[in-house]
Amino acid sequence: MVTSSHSRPGTSSPAGSTPPGHEPHGSLKTTDRPARPVPVLSSRRRAGNWIRKRGLGPYLLLLPATAVIAALILWPAVQVGLFSFQNYGLMQISGVLPAQWIGFANYSQILHDPEFWSSLKISLYFAVAVVPLTLIVGTLVGLLLERLGPRMRTFVSISAILAWATPAVSASVIFAWLVDPDGGVVDWALEKVPSWLGGGPSWAGFSWTNAPLPAYTVLTVMLVWTGFPFVAVTVLAGLRTLSPELHEAARVDGAGPWRDFWKVTFPLLRPIFLVLALLSTIWDFGMFTQAYIVTGELGNRDEYNLGLYEYSQAFTQPPHYGLASAAAFVLTIILLIVTVGYVRAAIKQGAFA
Amino acid sequence: MTSVPISGRAASGHPGRRVRRFNRASRKAVLNLLGLLVALFALFPVLWMISTAFKPANEIFSLTPQPLPLHPTLANFQAVFSGSVIGMSYWNFLKNSLFVTLVAVALSSLIGLLAAIALGRFKFRFRTTYLVVLLIVQLLPQQALVVSLFIDFRKYNLLDSLVGLILVYTAFALPVTIWMLRNFAATVPKDLEEAAAIDGAGAWTRFWRILLPLISPGLVSTSVFAFIFAYNEFVFALTFLGTDTAKFTLPLYVQYFYGQNSTNWGAIMASSTLFTIPVLAFFLFTQRRLASGLVAGAVKG
Repeated sequence: MVTSSHSRPGTSSPAGSTPPGHEPHGSLKTTDRPARPVPVLSSRRRAGNWIRKRGLGPYLLLLPATAVIAALILWPAVQVGLFSFQNYGLMQISGVLPAQWIGFANYSQILHDPEFWSSLKISLYFAVAVVPLTLIVGTLVGLLLERLGPRMRTFVSISAILAWATPAVSASVIFAWLVDPDGGVVDWALEKVPSWLGGGPSWAGFSWTNAPLPAYTVLTVMLVWTGFPFVAVTVLAGLRTLSPELHEAARVDGAGPWRDFWKVTFPLLRPIFLVLALLSTIWDFGMFTQAYIVTGELGNRDEYNLGLYEYSQAFTQPPHYGLASAAAFVLTIILLIVTVGYVRAAIKQGAFA
Repeated sequence: MTSVPISGRAASGHPGRRVRRFNRASRKAVLNLLGLLVALFALFPVLWMISTAFKPANEIFSLTPQPLPLHPTLANFQAVFSGSVIGMSYWNFLKNSLFVTLVAVALSSLIGLLAAIALGRFKFRFRTTYLVVLLIVQLLPQQALVVSLFIDFRKYNLLDSLVGLILVYTAFALPVTIWMLRNFAATVPKDLEEAAAIDGAGAWTRFWRILLPLISPGLVSTSVFAFIFAYNEFVFALTFLGTDTAKFTLPLYVQYFYGQNSTNWGAIMASSTLFTIPVLAFFLFTQRRLASGLVAGAVKG
């Protein structure tokens, strides 16, 4: 990989990345297989042999994918790093002034920006709330699915998969409607709930999206709703790989379902839980679309999470691409740290053994 | 919730058969009830969206919301199709979305297949490195790269262009596509190919007759995955298509619709229904395939 991405670092042009798509057509025919010497040598075959002898086949096959990924993902990632040390803004993007290297000025400006810290706090609290909730709800549903009859199980899992498959934009718009102060069903229902349960008439016309806490409460429910089916279905698949004798043995030894879960099921499925936790963390910490729509399109600065904060630096006037890049870099680093943490945990548990 | 199963198991130890049967029946009833609650939680928002889409305005803002429309109407859908609300019909945006999505799926499948064959059927230096880099690439958050891509696209006149979106969707669908297809490619037995080679089949024949048919289930899964990713994608569309309404894809259209008429819930839900239902139908249709593909891609990796 390193070699091939090295070979085209300058071609940031996405347009430049399409033509290579044609090359492997030819190469595929000829280079595909090592194996046996073939007696008849057409010119095509001779070229094939040449490539084969040097072991170039796989590299040619990888060329288009590498070019596309390098030009449209790796290079932009490098560029974000570069921009984060430049004063790239309106003047620079329109070519009036050249970009200047300004060292860590962008980072220091961000780290002194209270909005950055409040957005980071929101992202962290949100992930800390949503990830465990999603995992708990999903696991409980997975355990439930395992105990249901086949028909009921199919029905419940298909319903759940539909929630998971609902596009983020639709989910956001639907939840915005559910919690709308005028006509939304949530306020109506809360109004009917007796006051000793926290309901009551004060909920009439309650606006959920005008302050961070209620807005992120809505987002929490929404992301648990979106996320639990994946956990449930994955856990169910994991549960079905465990042999029933294990549970049998635990029961004979006097373990109830609680101990059975923690002593038998959980340790055996730990790799699955680690992966699920990692994926949920990445999705929830990096949430953008849902927050963008529910908190009102960058309109409420006190409701920014890290993703919105970063995006707003670049795409509200005047644009600060340098600052946005620094924020993006911070966001990426946090996610990488989280990932490395999970991977280390997984290795320690022997998940990859 | 977890404590429910106890009743059945704990009882099975000593007491009489009748108690046991009763316990089993009540346990089953409780479990089914919980199952129904989960299904309701999962389905409610979607059902509410569909139901609202068919409601006339006075029912939408009624003081006691009804689960189903009392006087179902198609007015909301007519508004969406005629484009009377934002000046352009739903069809225009569906066309954009399908164009972008289908081309991106075709490109990423083709390019991904080539790479997967290299990674699944060949041994070479950097193979493991390549796979690890693909994993890392998947972790890069899209909204972190969008700034940099925006500046590049501006330079190369790819803003307000569906071609630009196709490029990005192709690239971002590739890592997962390659990972999943690689596992399929790796599971095709070498013997099959060698036998065919002995029978005189060239590389091209072996590809068409052996490798491709055996990888094609994987190709279906990855296409479904890429389709759903591209059809639903929002951040890139929002950033790259910013000003040109006519080029909007469906997710952007639904969000724009919502932003422009935040009280016309009937029409918003109708537009959202028309955007969502095809995905859900597609999912129902392919979910078994998809699940097996995901499992094959994830577990065997």
